[in-house]
Amino acid sequence: MANKVTQLLKDKLLLVWRGVIKDNPTFVLVLGMCPTLGTTTSAENGFGMGVATMAVLIMSNIVISLIKNVIPDKVRIPAFIVVIASFVTVIQMLMQAFVPSLYASLGVFIPLIVVNCIILGRAEAFASKNGALDSALDGVGIGLGFTFSLTVIGAVREVLGSGAIFGYDLGIGSYTPLVFVLAPGAFLVLGFLMVLFNKFLKK
Amino acid sequence: MKSSLKNMVLVLFCITLVSAACVGLVNMITVDPIAKAKEAAEKAALAQVLPAFDATEMSEHEADELAIVAYKATKDGEVVGYAVKTATKNGFSGMVKMMVGFDTKGTILNVNVLEQNETPGLGAKMTEEGNPLLASVQGKDAAKVNFTVKKDGGDIDALTAATISSRAYADAVARAYAVFKVAAGWSDDVEATSGATQTKEE
Repeated sequence: MANKVTQLLKDKLLLVWRGVIKDNPTFVLVLGMCPTLGTTTSAENGFGMGVATMAVLIMSNIVISLIKNVIPDKVRIPAFIVVIASFVTVIQMLMQAFVPSLYASLGVFIPLIVVNCIILGRAEAFASKNGALDSALDGVGIGLGFTFSLTVIGAVREVLGSGAIFGYDLGIGSYTPLVFVLAPGAFLVLGFLMVLFNKFLKK
Repeated sequence: MKSSLKNMVLVLFCITLVSAACVGLVNMITVDPIAKAKEAAEKAALAQVLPAFDATEMSEHEADELAIVAYKATKDGEVVGYAVKTATKNGFSGMVKMMVGFDTKGTILNVNVLEQNETPGLGAKMTEEGNPLLASVQGKDAAKVNFTVKKDGGDIDALTAATISSRAYADAVARAYAVFKVAAGWSDDVEATSGATQTKEE
């Protein structure tokens, strides 16, 4: 009995861990590139976008796994989009009402989540085939993976581009190449980090 | 599940109905707190750019197709200053909105950037305390300042490597002054005054 419980726990943890490493949405699945490139100008922005996406992803995964049996195949995509867009709108309004300071710094990213293909991708590939608990855990794992990747990309760009980390000035501001906070730097950093990540993953 | 016209229409209808109901419900709950939060944020922004005041009177203006709001601040019935919530479309990435405070003689008291999406580490420095942009307008008589960056022959010290953001900043402050003149009763027409001091995008 106890063995079964630990085995089950281990399975669930593996499910989360898989989302962070083996199925990392940014470096392995290469999903959601638009918010990845656009919002990672600093570590803080990357982290914020990751967390906001994770919140929507967990909830949309749960709801979609619960209603998957009543959705006819041909209209599943519109059904998923309606669910996701509603969640995003609800989160946006709640944040604006009750945590206005957080909304002020993250507000611009929230509507972007609707078009984030990670959310639709996980709904289609995972939540529509699995139970609610597993789907929620998949949301946690993928969400953590996305947050981790965006924070790392943001941190690298912030340090190289503006000589700061999480807004804390490292005092090397005047020696840093500007290109890293601009759009081309996003592609460079993403490319190199993707290579590094996959090299360690293969081992 | 197999698709048929009947179940597709029915299921989509139900899903949209429930979603709309949820969004509507949350909107009903949050509409008041959102309005309150916005009001509080506006009050805080006003307090940062104005001397102590106890009442404000709002007036709405239009300059270069932008809606600009001016606040007349009074203390014990006496006018102590004006704040103008100004904006520019010339930011490096989108609109820049800021609150500019004037005393009754047209001296710029303070500038508070409310909304901007400029590049972090470059144009976004316009929000920092004591940045060169703020330093070149704060405490100055707005009538004597040429609101263009030094590179274009004006009086505004630009941020390093952020000329476009700096021009946008100068543009917004110039527009604030133009609206201030109308709000303070010095001039009748916003367009006529802002045209001369506007910075043009290349």
